[in-house]
Amino acid sequence: MRGVGTILLAVQVAACGGAAPLGPAAPAAAGRPLSGTVTVLAAASLTDAFNVLGTEFTRVNPQVTVKASYAASSALVAQIVQGAEADVFASADEPSMRRLVDARLSESSPRIIASNKLQIAVGAGNPKKISALADLARPDVVVVLGAPTVPVGAYATQVFDKAGVRVAPKSHEADVKAVVSKVSLGEADAGIVYGTDVRAGGAKVQGVDIPDQHNVIARYPIAAVKGSKNAKAAAAFIDFVASPRGLDVIAGFGFLRP
Amino acid sequence: MPAAPRERAPIGFLALAGLAAAFFVLPLVGLVVRTPWASALADLSAPAVIDALRLSMITSLGATAISVVLGVPLAWVYARVEFPGKLVLRALTTLPMVLPPVVGGIALLVAFGRRGVFGEPLFDLFGLRLPFSTAGVIVAETFVAMPFLVLTVEAALRSMDRRYEDAARTLGASRVRVFRTVTLPLVGPAIGAGMVLCWARALGEFGATITFAGNFRGETQTLPLAAYLALEQNVDTAVLLGLTLLGISLVVLVALRDRYLRAV
Repeated sequence: MRGVGTILLAVQVAACGGAAPLGPAAPAAAGRPLSGTVTVLAAASLTDAFNVLGTEFTRVNPQVTVKASYAASSALVAQIVQGAEADVFASADEPSMRRLVDARLSESSPRIIASNKLQIAVGAGNPKKISALADLARPDVVVVLGAPTVPVGAYATQVFDKAGVRVAPKSHEADVKAVVSKVSLGEADAGIVYGTDVRAGGAKVQGVDIPDQHNVIARYPIAAVKGSKNAKAAAAFIDFVASPRGLDVIAGFGFLRP
Repeated sequence: MPAAPRERAPIGFLALAGLAAAFFVLPLVGLVVRTPWASALADLSAPAVIDALRLSMITSLGATAISVVLGVPLAWVYARVEFPGKLVLRALTTLPMVLPPVVGGIALLVAFGRRGVFGEPLFDLFGLRLPFSTAGVIVAETFVAMPFLVLTVEAALRSMDRRYEDAARTLGASRVRVFRTVTLPLVGPAIGAGMVLCWARALGEFGATITFAGNFRGETQTLPLAAYLALEQNVDTAVLLGLTLLGISLVVLVALRDRYLRAV
């Protein structure tokens, strides 16, 4: 296991908690170009947005390699706490980020970069005619959810509680992409996922809106991981993600602005 | 077994062998060291753990039973019958040993899922659906584990002395009788060894199961799935579940070592 470094770096992040008003992917202001590898662990729902962000960042900082890995935020934070090498963590929920902060493994205070509403994912053409949360309680509707330990599963529980609907899911999937794939393969009739995942799911899935009073807004925090071997580049990457250009890219994938 | 003659191993060789052994032993040591022994009993008797343990036993034994019933005849055909395309078929049926289990799970889904190529008619005609069911877990485990049994039994059938079978045949025994009274006892240890390997693989199955059968407590959540999901919430529980799996497998492998595994 890796000993967690205790090097304190004097990277001051301006405007914590909000979008920093920095130029788009400004190459290192201090003159020396950034280099090395930035390992980014990001929530599965951020996959497409962060692939684009990584490419754009390396275009401006050609000597930096961005290595991104996507999974359930809860799984990623568990990996970091167990000593996985990571420079940046982007979470789909605040509790997972809180675990990083509580473990004293966050270098900077987390900044919110996006938010996301939940939707009901159904098969193309909505064969089971699902129009509301109450339909998910119908016995002829096969529902899969994220596991309660995974952010999207915890959010689904909150949504059902708010709406007063009791649902008996057939499976608790390990992350939100697995829920979408079960719906797009037709194994499940419905699942609760992020609106962005419905968009990313292509032609085989479509979304049914959940009314605002029952919906949960998922907020996505990002933070640098303490002990990073490449703290400068990690901070620059976070600045880029939180810059107006970065937020535009993220919003382009259907996320709500922070 | 006659005692092997003592050999003086070269130092470099010993060092490499030691490194290899350490590579396998150290992760297990890690599990044991990090096990929260104080709360072990309480954690292990949690209802979710009991459910997962029960389900793991049912499904792994079920998969082993199916593998014996179908796999021994398949091994016999591979060892004794020549037919065109045998090499390809044999490769296809052993593929799950090297295929990433998740890929196996996807293949099972598109074949036997509710909208699968063969699953859809099965569902329409009989209402049979495998995903999200305990039967689906058994199917996934069988898919991944049966090749271990088939290969073990096939090797034994190929290496056995066929003159015993010939003698029985010339004395007038029917094919079925020869198989039952001569062949089976001769390859019995290999079948036992194959069953153990197959069961151990089924018990540890994760990727094909979660992909094909999903994850639901009491229905499809086996011990490996419970361990994986516990890791995201409570590392202690995950470590404990891992150690439980390890313990069960180790006890069985050690207990059966002398009886069966020698035949491999």
